[in-house]
Amino acid sequence: MTNLSDRQQLSYIASQAADARLNVELETEGMTLNIGPQHPATHGTLRIIARLDGEQVIWAEPSAGYMHRGYEKLTEVRTFPQVTTLVNRIDWLGSFANEVPFILASEKLMEIEAPPRAQVIRTILFELSRIANVSLFLGDLGVQMGAITPVFLAFRDREYVLNLIEGATGGRFHPNFDRIGGLKDDLPKGWIEETRQTMVKLRKFCDIIEDLLFGNEIFQSRMRGIGIIPADVAKDYGLSGANLRASGVDYDLRRDQDIAMAWDKADWKVWTHPDGDSFARCWVRLQETRESCKIVEQLLDQIPAGPIMTKVPRIIKVPEGEAWVSTENPLGEMGYYVVSKGDLGPFRVKIRSASFNNISIVPWALKGVYVPDIITILASLYFILGDIDR
Amino acid sequence: MMQLAVTQLGIEIPYWGQSLLRVLGGLVAVLLPAGTIVYLFLFKMMSFMQSRLGPMEAGPYGSLQLVAEVGKWMQKEDLAPEAADKSIFKIAPLVVLLSTFLLVVVIPFGPDALFTDFEVGIFYGLAVASVSVLGILIAGWASANKYSLLGGLRAAGQLIAYELPMVLATIGVVIQAGSMNLQNIVVAQNTGEIFGWGGIGNPYIFTQFIGFLIFMIAVQAELTQAPFDMPIAESELVSGYMTEYSGFRFLIFFIAEFATAGVFALIASVLFLGGWGIPFDWFGWTTIDSVDNWMNIVGPLIMFTKMLVLTFIIMWVRFSFPRFREDQLQTFAWKVLIPLALANTALTAILKVVF
Repeated sequence: MTNLSDRQQLSYIASQAADARLNVELETEGMTLNIGPQHPATHGTLRIIARLDGEQVIWAEPSAGYMHRGYEKLTEVRTFPQVTTLVNRIDWLGSFANEVPFILASEKLMEIEAPPRAQVIRTILFELSRIANVSLFLGDLGVQMGAITPVFLAFRDREYVLNLIEGATGGRFHPNFDRIGGLKDDLPKGWIEETRQTMVKLRKFCDIIEDLLFGNEIFQSRMRGIGIIPADVAKDYGLSGANLRASGVDYDLRRDQDIAMAWDKADWKVWTHPDGDSFARCWVRLQETRESCKIVEQLLDQIPAGPIMTKVPRIIKVPEGEAWVSTENPLGEMGYYVVSKGDLGPFRVKIRSASFNNISIVPWALKGVYVPDIITILASLYFILGDIDR
Repeated sequence: MMQLAVTQLGIEIPYWGQSLLRVLGGLVAVLLPAGTIVYLFLFKMMSFMQSRLGPMEAGPYGSLQLVAEVGKWMQKEDLAPEAADKSIFKIAPLVVLLSTFLLVVVIPFGPDALFTDFEVGIFYGLAVASVSVLGILIAGWASANKYSLLGGLRAAGQLIAYELPMVLATIGVVIQAGSMNLQNIVVAQNTGEIFGWGGIGNPYIFTQFIGFLIFMIAVQAELTQAPFDMPIAESELVSGYMTEYSGFRFLIFFIAEFATAGVFALIASVLFLGGWGIPFDWFGWTTIDSVDNWMNIVGPLIMFTKMLVLTFIIMWVRFSFPRFREDQLQTFAWKVLIPLALANTALTAILKVVF
């Protein structure tokens, strides 16, 4: 219990008191189970301290920070173009999407805007990184419940998307491709055609996953009615992304926000689900992957001609000011609050990453569930450790 | 096998020699299926289902991979956690493997190729099959690990719950064959007739189809394989009762898992698929004594083929399905399988009396 805050300790003591009362009645003794920081279900180093009565959880608390890398502080000693190298390691499965809000915030401060061609290509890459991210989630879902086959299919099909990202940007995982005022390079020859073919494969992958997992009775009995998060609770805890939409809140920053990206050029749908349970969260993500394929396919036809870079000075100095830009990233709402004092680098950057807020609901959602449900609820909330700890 | 050597070849084997041969035969009967299952299904079939090649380097098509893995495991240090109950911790995997060896003793592989001709063979088999619960439970307890304890307790609850439908599914076969002797059950199936036609004998999978389904589901649960692998549950309990094991003790658990899969498949093929036999009608045999001697060679091969078919199904399910939760699993056993098995038993008994 070393790295717990006062509030955590208080709630722990309260839970033990409740536990003691229970023990007097049933003459049982609780057990504290440390799930993590080294545990196969936490995708990294998240630690969940769970107090168990038999197999039932009576108290659970996430303990984050084992992988804190101090990106907010590190940005203060970097120049503006260098920051993208750092921030695309936050959510490492959908790296390109991490760069975009920061670049947009910087552009907002400099009062410039990327040319239309760059905006469309940015949006396409953004959606490709969403597909790469969520397709792995869909495969991993099975592994969390003991079905080992879907994850290999997911790795196989994600590879096609990563190849596309590598083809366009030169980096499979960390593209570092977005620049203030545009993009580093134009698209390579033949890329558009290849992307079109890949989107067909990814749609097929979605169908396979729907058959293999979502249609399975055992999967449904494990997911339906488990970990229900009502809409008001979800809003109170600041959930975002598919977790929020699965609770029935129709909120998607891609649609609701006027931003210098090209989502409004495509015809697509924001999926919500009224149930708010684990199944709904996974289902919404599955549908979003399909929508992303749709967006990419439509935008491929609409890439305008023109430059990919607007005119920016060779040495970028961002004028004094403060700006907040957030976008709908694969994991949820991700935003950067950038404060500039007119120097080469930012004075202060506050990163709002989606997973950090998404796991804040863990103590609420895990109360009273069984140990196997911990895993399915955590899997359906879908966090990435880099996104929690930054 | 012993009778074969003594009576057919005219060789006198001393008692210690017979015992040694029995032990060697048992080793072959347990380890050969286990190795085949691991290589064919775990390494290769699973890989092909998951669009990869599986092991390719050790031997042609990776066929020596298992040897390499065993070598790797044998080199590892034999670790026991400090807080563990050391002697019990060390003995637990052996108890699990022992139950497999005891199980194979009653299975007939041919008219004379058998270890013991035991009158209440199936009763004995089902009894020693539950010895493995003891091994798993003490493994979970002695590891002094919370995950192991949860896994061990889950395993105990699950194995006891699924023992019942398994026994009840077997009763149907026993009623129909009128014997608990596995050899007699094989003979009864192969001499049987379907509406007066003995062309394919009367394998009980036709008459006892519900029993066969229940038996296979219960086998899946007894083996703690997906969708019933809650006791191992590598994504939540790390490895359940096996968490603290390494080196050759883990290897023994691993072998025991697949060997038990093989042995249960052998028992299922004896009970429902006609065992080692081919329909006696084909060669004009009438009783067990009139069966030709070459069946002692062909019989084990037939058994082996049937075992592969059944383990293929077991593994196929294992690779495709997600796992049940513990309470759903118990509900399934007590509220679905056991009533169904009881109804099947009652129906079989009534039909047996009527016809």
